[in-house]
Amino acid sequence: MKYMSEYRSSEVVKQYVDELHKITTQPWTIMEVCGGQTHSLVKNGILDIIPKNVRMVHGPGCPVCVTPLNLIDKAVYLAEEKGVILCSYGDMIRVPGSKRSLLESKARGADVRILYSPLEAVKIAQENPNREVVFFAVGFETTAPANALSVVHARRAGVKNYSILASHVLVPPAMEAVMNDEDTLIQGFLAAGHVCTIMGISEYEPLVRKYNLPIVVTGFEPVDLLQGILMTVRQLEKGEAKLENQYSRVVRPEGNPDAIKVINEVFEVEDREWRGIGNIPLSGWEVRDELAMYDANKKFDVNIVKVPECADCIAGLVLKGIKKPFECSQFGTKCSPEKPLGAPMVSSEGACAAYYHYSNAGDLAEA
Amino acid sequence: MDKIKMQLNCPMPQLDFEVITLGHGSGGILTNKLLETGVFKLLENPLLNQKHDGAVFELKGQLAFSTDSYVISPIFFPGGNIGELAINGTVNDLAMCGAIPKYLSLSFIIEEGLTMTEFWDILVSIKYAAEKADVQIVTGDTKVVEKGKGDKIFINTSGIGQVHSKANINISNVKVGDKIIVSGNIATHGVAIMSVREGLEFETSLESDSQNLNHAVKVLLDEFGDAIHLLKDPTRGGVATVLNEVARDTYLGMELTQNYLPILEQVEGACELLGLDPLYVANEGVFMAIVAENQATDILNKLKSIPNFEDACIIGNVVAEHPKQVILNSKIGGKRVVNMLVGEQLPRIC
Repeated sequence: MKYMSEYRSSEVVKQYVDELHKITTQPWTIMEVCGGQTHSLVKNGILDIIPKNVRMVHGPGCPVCVTPLNLIDKAVYLAEEKGVILCSYGDMIRVPGSKRSLLESKARGADVRILYSPLEAVKIAQENPNREVVFFAVGFETTAPANALSVVHARRAGVKNYSILASHVLVPPAMEAVMNDEDTLIQGFLAAGHVCTIMGISEYEPLVRKYNLPIVVTGFEPVDLLQGILMTVRQLEKGEAKLENQYSRVVRPEGNPDAIKVINEVFEVEDREWRGIGNIPLSGWEVRDELAMYDANKKFDVNIVKVPECADCIAGLVLKGIKKPFECSQFGTKCSPEKPLGAPMVSSEGACAAYYHYSNAGDLAEA
Repeated sequence: MDKIKMQLNCPMPQLDFEVITLGHGSGGILTNKLLETGVFKLLENPLLNQKHDGAVFELKGQLAFSTDSYVISPIFFPGGNIGELAINGTVNDLAMCGAIPKYLSLSFIIEEGLTMTEFWDILVSIKYAAEKADVQIVTGDTKVVEKGKGDKIFINTSGIGQVHSKANINISNVKVGDKIIVSGNIATHGVAIMSVREGLEFETSLESDSQNLNHAVKVLLDEFGDAIHLLKDPTRGGVATVLNEVARDTYLGMELTQNYLPILEQVEGACELLGLDPLYVANEGVFMAIVAENQATDILNKLKSIPNFEDACIIGNVVAEHPKQVILNSKIGGKRVVNMLVGEQLPRIC
């Protein structure tokens, strides 16, 4: 587990922070795309030690946060009304739907199970041939290969009682949507390291050129993040716009071809609704038509009426980086992890929850 | 004593049933058989042998009284089972009151279908845990519920102890400058349990840290008495939850230094993989002591000289700044608030 001590070394961190202070001559606004990065920035107190005029804005890269309300309602419906065994990653089950969360469904007797891998769900389907098993396949490009693989496995093993409720979202179209927002202040991106591990880095070249901004593929440890910020600020100070890879120990330029292959075998690109942001063209993956029997959306009749989001929640503005969580009038008062009004307060990767857990809400409000 | 040795010393009696059924909780012949051949035989002591509706005894001085219920899953885990947990848990709660634990009650709620072998293993662990902690089980109860109405076995224990004559454990004694000691590596128990939970199994040699704390606490109280201001065992909710409670109730601030937190490398690695914060993970054989600043080093050295407590550390101190809040100085020199946990810690997606 050496990576932890090396990439959390206080000496290296200090070196980067000093360098960052030295080269920063004017205010810059940088978005870290991934919720895992937001979490690490706040948890390690990095926002306290970087120069005040380097403003980090927290991006939409929290899969739990952007999963549409309607889809959570569908999952709750499948668990409660269709009697399926609903399997999910852990932090998805606390996200409130319009009526309730999967956690509450579980308390009311629905069979909701927390898993670490969708392949486990296929196993459950094999062990329970008389029941339908649905995996709530949420996530960015990172979780897509495993979710796709579960479908491949199920098909290969002839498992007919397994399907996925897919809500896969893609990073590059979301970054484009952020840049197309007329209120955007973003001057550079830290791209999400793990997403690039799968997909490679070439998809970001067009964004660099179109918007003339630096994009640095960045990891998640304190040393990674500070190096990523430093590389971005260096470009900005020099007036450059390049695609760079800070996370080269994990991210190969071409990504993971095997993973991409399995994704393409199971999914195809479609328009996708993002919670708090709205519809983004060609920004998601859905199960291919020929695999419809593994698509819970098609397998079950789940026409759930769409319910509007809570009007008091500014999740969209937070996810686009236009507002900080503590700039929301509900933050820490009407909205807290115990009673979240919107998804960014639920997931540990959500910007609002990260601020709530690791910062002094009172101090932030005064700042 | 290891498990095999315990089982050899206490072989399971020849019984004409393999699993526990509703009948074993009916109060009739089956109940009697279960108690006579099992519980009473293994745990015998003069008070229990009276087989009265309750135990009658004398105890002098100030007393401490505590209760806890044990509903864990799985009931067998690396390094222990629910039986010894139920004994150590209540023993430790009494120890945290500055008391010498004396007598325990023991109640089982068994889901029908529990095998007699499982029940016997649990009983044997209970016997040895009680012996190690030097407590007697003097009264108890056994109920059996229908399949599906429980989770194999639930155990409740209550206990009575005599408060140590030199103890003055009270949250109002906590003051600015006090040092926070943790008696061993944190988060080991929680991660050991998680490593065998269904759907989550990962390979590790980790074992639960479940142990009694009363003997170590007595050693400290004998020598340092009222320099020990507060004792807490960070079970459910872990170290972070205990410190938040203390901060809230004292209106003082707690300051932690991440570099000082004792944690096994494999536990840290597992928490990292599972997306859990070790500060919130449960411990079963660890206590925290908030002690007078001028004696903190002596207390720590004494504690470290006791077997199983060699990893004890001073992890932080009580401060006047940021009242009611726990602040952690991170390894890289930043600061963050350590808040109360909301609900269960849930594994993250990626």
